[in-house]
Amino acid sequence: MSTNESTETRRGKAPAGERVADWADGRLGIYSLAKSNMRKIFPDHWSFMLGEVCLYSFIIIILTGVYLTLFFHPSMNEVEYHGSYVPLQGQLMSEAFSSTLHISFEVRGGLLIRQIHHWAALIFLAGMFVHMMRVFFTGAFRKPREINWLFGFLLFVLGMFTGFTGYSLPDDLLSGTGVRFMEGAILSVPIVGTYLSFFLFGGEFPGGDFVARFYSIHILLLPGIMLGLVVGHLILVFYHKHTQFAGPGKTNNNVVGMPLLPVYMAKAGGFFFLVFGVIAVVAAIASINPIWALGPYRPDQVSTGAQPDWYMGFSEGLIRVMPGWEINLWGHTLVLGVFIPLVIFPLVLVSIAVYPFIESWVTGDKREHHILDRPRNAPTRTAFGVAWISWYFVLLVGGGNDLWATHFHLSINAITWFVRVGFFVVPVLVFIATKRICLGLQRRDREKVLHGRETGTIKRLPHGEFIEVHEPLSQDALHTLTAHEQYRPVEIGGTVDENGVERKVKGSEKLRAKLSESYYGAESQIPKPTVEEYKEITSGHGHH
Amino acid sequence: MKKLSARRRHPLAAVVVLLLALAATGGLYAAFAPASKAQADETSQSLAIDEGKKLYAVGCASCHGTGGQGTSDGPSLVGVGAAAVDFQVGTGRMPAQQPGAQIPSKKVIYSQAEIDQLAAYISSLGAGPAVPGKAQYGPEGADIAKGGELFRTNCAQCHNFTGKGGALTHGKFAPSLEGVSPKHIYEAMQTGPQNMPSFNDTTLTEQNKKDIIAYLNAVNGEETESPGGLELGGLGPVSEGLFAWIFGLGALIAVAVWVAARTAKAKKS
Repeated sequence: MSTNESTETRRGKAPAGERVADWADGRLGIYSLAKSNMRKIFPDHWSFMLGEVCLYSFIIIILTGVYLTLFFHPSMNEVEYHGSYVPLQGQLMSEAFSSTLHISFEVRGGLLIRQIHHWAALIFLAGMFVHMMRVFFTGAFRKPREINWLFGFLLFVLGMFTGFTGYSLPDDLLSGTGVRFMEGAILSVPIVGTYLSFFLFGGEFPGGDFVARFYSIHILLLPGIMLGLVVGHLILVFYHKHTQFAGPGKTNNNVVGMPLLPVYMAKAGGFFFLVFGVIAVVAAIASINPIWALGPYRPDQVSTGAQPDWYMGFSEGLIRVMPGWEINLWGHTLVLGVFIPLVIFPLVLVSIAVYPFIESWVTGDKREHHILDRPRNAPTRTAFGVAWISWYFVLLVGGGNDLWATHFHLSINAITWFVRVGFFVVPVLVFIATKRICLGLQRRDREKVLHGRETGTIKRLPHGEFIEVHEPLSQDALHTLTAHEQYRPVEIGGTVDENGVERKVKGSEKLRAKLSESYYGAESQIPKPTVEEYKEITSGHGHH
Repeated sequence: MKKLSARRRHPLAAVVVLLLALAATGGLYAAFAPASKAQADETSQSLAIDEGKKLYAVGCASCHGTGGQGTSDGPSLVGVGAAAVDFQVGTGRMPAQQPGAQIPSKKVIYSQAEIDQLAAYISSLGAGPAVPGKAQYGPEGADIAKGGELFRTNCAQCHNFTGKGGALTHGKFAPSLEGVSPKHIYEAMQTGPQNMPSFNDTTLTEQNKKDIIAYLNAVNGEETESPGGLELGGLGPVSEGLFAWIFGLGALIAVAVWVAARTAKAKKS
């Protein structure tokens, strides 16, 4: 700091900006932090901005949510409605519902903010889903990013429950049916179900407590945890540095792209406003959750077409297609028709979350990976991911079976049976098909590297033969297509050791060898062209 | 006089007196009653029945039987009443195009006059609910909010919150109530067509039905406004989710591709 004094004496007073920066640095030590991070490099690819979509929609949800809390009354006290919406005049409803009507019809900008809040929530979850799939299919979850993968997964799951609790707050007929659904699921838990339900609702459903309880979960508990996870997620992104696709000049040890300041700050800042703009436009033109049309919740009423928001749709599907099995023993009922879906519900989510750990166990690869895979070059992973998505989608079809029935003039029973069978069969078929497609694409890449791009130009040779002219790829393209590494299947070491004594091969070791063979065996990847193959073909022999 | 008193105990005397009395009453009636009008009414009613019978024989008898007694292809129409005919034929459901889980509404092929004739014929087969009048389904004196409550209690299970329709088992469905005339809604509640239960006047009073119709007109009528913008079919979270994915996230991905493509120009040698 003595240098500062000397500059002052030398050149008079320093510029204001410098003095402010110096003041802040002396107290916060931001100089070194800024120095190391302001030039942080980020690679450019549209799919790397999916996470930003999530972050920004999260911020938008928080901002609009704060506005809504100013007018919402999280209370289940019964009131008679005398607001401006005529078709509900004089109806009895909870204060939560009537205050939501008040926000929608009387508060300035209330309906728009409500719709932005809800649309942003749907888009936030959809964005997280796609972001997660991007990370999955490019193998960005590999070391050192496994923990960040789990952070992201937790954000998705917490987002689902934050969304669900928020959706339940207006206490309208649709959301009340959803809460009733949840109560039923809780009640199906053996032994403790009833206690859990009474604990959650403060007695018999619906009671007078759950809106207030969901309110504090929705605005405080879950978003608080999510905010912490988001910060952790971002710190880890900074710490790990961003991954990049293979390409000339890009290695596992560098990041090729643009610096945070000024390029990415400008881009990201601008992108925030674009995201806000798109969501605001969607919210301004399309209605969402029109609670006035749904009416206040009453446990004795129910409507058809009662579905949760899309991210909970697969759980709805699980329940809708499950046969209504139950076991009655010694005066107790075990409602398998509800309890089994309740058990499968977390399994659907967990199956994708644990995949990275299974893959790293199979490969046994302990190295860091900063270069992304092209999905085709990891056929088994890609096939698993697509199969999982198809599984999820089949359940979504089950959740909306009534709308599929009415809109496609089908029998709802046929759809239910399709989902029951599809739950087991569709992922398997999709897995096989995806793997074949990946291998086909690998073959095409190999073909392109060795023989060049098909130009569509037909040439007639002197002796009359017609050939298609192939144009050799550029050096850059050749590098990009062959940059990936290919694993060899792990083998079980000799079953006898050097002394000829039989070694015991553990079951897990056998399983791993088997899985590894199915991942990286001759059936599961096309060997990428070697330099020798390339040279031999391009040297003229066998080139046609 | 003697002649008369001598024969007054004749076995046929009572018959003669009866005949005379009848002739007198009939003659008096014919002389004093507004004869021409009575005749016209009778003929128009029986004419309607006759015409209806002819229409019935052409369009309906193949399934419902020559006398409306029903066959294996169609139910008996004895006692269904004029309201049922007015609803089924007036919404184009009848005559049915083909058998199926449920007969959908389609283009109405009979004129209202022909429908009335059919209704007259069918109600002549046995008493049933009559076609309601405007006073029964009109908007005067209806309580919309009460109608909403009744609708959510009795109708929403199948027809959705605001009558957008819904699925039933095995390809059957509760149709959308959008654009259905108040008279037909009233008749549907009264007669319970196809898979719908009937809500007779002891289940839902005339006033209740009027309230429900007024509510539907308020939330699903031609002049209903959607304060939040596009309704997206009014089907709830499924269509909202689809919209969020396609137009919300879809637009954002398009924007992301656009932003990523416009990068700062690297200085290339």
